[in-house]
Amino acid sequence: MMTAVAARELRDGEVVFVGIGLPNLACNLARATHAPNLVLIYESGAVGAVPERLPVSIGDPALVTGSLMVCSMADVFQSLLQNGRIEVGFLGGAQVDRYGNINTTVVGDYAKPAVRLPGSGGAAEIAIHARRTVVIARLERRGFPEAVDFVTSPGLRSKGRTRRELGMPGAGPTRVVTDKGILEADPTDGELVLSALYPGVDISDVTANVGWSLRCTSRLQQVEPPSERELYLLREVLDPGRLYLKG
Amino acid sequence: MRDAIARYVHDGDTVVIEGFTHLICFAAGHEIIRQQRRNLTLCRLTPDLIYDQMIAAGCARKLVFSWAGNPGAGSLHAFRRAAEGKGQPLELEEYSHFGMVARLSAGAARLPFWTLRNYMGTDLPAANPQIRSVSCPYTGETLATVPALNPDLTIVHAQRADPEGNAQIWGLLGVQKEAAFASRHVIVVVEELVDESVIRADPNRTVIPGLIVDAVVVEPWGAHPSYAQGYYDRDNQFYVGWEKISRDPAALDRYLQEFVFAVKDRAEYIQRCAGLERLKAKERICAGVNYGF
Repeated sequence: MMTAVAARELRDGEVVFVGIGLPNLACNLARATHAPNLVLIYESGAVGAVPERLPVSIGDPALVTGSLMVCSMADVFQSLLQNGRIEVGFLGGAQVDRYGNINTTVVGDYAKPAVRLPGSGGAAEIAIHARRTVVIARLERRGFPEAVDFVTSPGLRSKGRTRRELGMPGAGPTRVVTDKGILEADPTDGELVLSALYPGVDISDVTANVGWSLRCTSRLQQVEPPSERELYLLREVLDPGRLYLKG
Repeated sequence: MRDAIARYVHDGDTVVIEGFTHLICFAAGHEIIRQQRRNLTLCRLTPDLIYDQMIAAGCARKLVFSWAGNPGAGSLHAFRRAAEGKGQPLELEEYSHFGMVARLSAGAARLPFWTLRNYMGTDLPAANPQIRSVSCPYTGETLATVPALNPDLTIVHAQRADPEGNAQIWGLLGVQKEAAFASRHVIVVVEELVDESVIRADPNRTVIPGLIVDAVVVEPWGAHPSYAQGYYDRDNQFYVGWEKISRDPAALDRYLQEFVFAVKDRAEYIQRCAGLERLKAKERICAGVNYGF
């Protein structure tokens, strides 16, 4: 359901920079449903990818076949991303904090980590340059601390400074899609607040799994459950082998 | 391959085996393991399974990287054991992809550093003091900088090259060109050796010119379990299976014994990997263009 909800964040025709994991699945679902003209750009260099199978990684050969362009990674980061051509960045993360900062580097101390995660990849620069980012992450207490152990990809406020003060071109994470509800950035101070709940989910189910005292928007909305078609596409067409979907 | 590695890889060298998911030269990595090179500084954006194997085999002193996972399948456990203080020590120098691309771009241009608008608000510069900043002499803007990376050796896998090393690549290009130009020495490993006339018939497809290449090695299936567009698909089963092998140091050691040390070359490795036929690429031929004038 989280994947179907995340896919709806994309508008038809947008230029989206696709991250590894669930974002990959969500973007391909969006392309198969309401956004057939989505321009998928992968950090591997595929521009306008139309994968005939679900890419098993962001460097899958199916991203090349039939794409509009294959460019070097220097072109991806300099001429597309830093140039300001990416409208939406789609990121996942092990930890997301109160201001939407994402950690994919270490759990614990950097020099002596309890868990070593993969690191940034292209996420840091996507978070800085994409005009807006959508974050997708399962809601659990250890995944949503008050402050992340390491800021890999900056959110709306890092170390007390706003994106504008830090000189970041993009607007940052405007939406965080979880498996219980959707968080949104409060435009006044950049704090993530609860804006929508999934059917059957209580506010307390969300607040109990968030490491700060979560506020709600004045009009809390209910998320439309995934349609039969969205579920069919996800389970039977896009990811029948359960590469990304779990449970 | 044996001769090329013996000649161009020395203990203590800085070595790049590039290829972003595509065209990762496992054949060269295995040969370096077989020849038991030590204290290498291994650089790659995505260390992938090949560097996990080289770390486990004790080849590496230091890793320079930007994303160390098993794409789509899990963790690189030999890397993680080292990083979490449970394995042999490994020095880490960490960037983002853009940072690594910028380092190789500076190296290729023989500039001391590269500027990028990046890293504000992140903890990466605190974790890596090599990420610094400079004030733009035209606008006064503060820009991030990363130092040039000039490896002793870059190994690039390509679909085809002529005997001089003029190498053509199609599909994902990664940072292969920048890495090759940044390097003091270059080994090109190819699926197919072709006549110079094949290269000259389609010069826009040449990514690495022979004039910067020191050695050409012909090694069909040399990128397996990575892939070569138009030749064979990625062996995803192997990538998924690596999670279990690399999690257990004894199983990882058994793998290295069986598939690296106990085989004399790539041809023998391929014989041991059953059922690779299933990975053979389907045809999707492009029409070609008119180069006339």
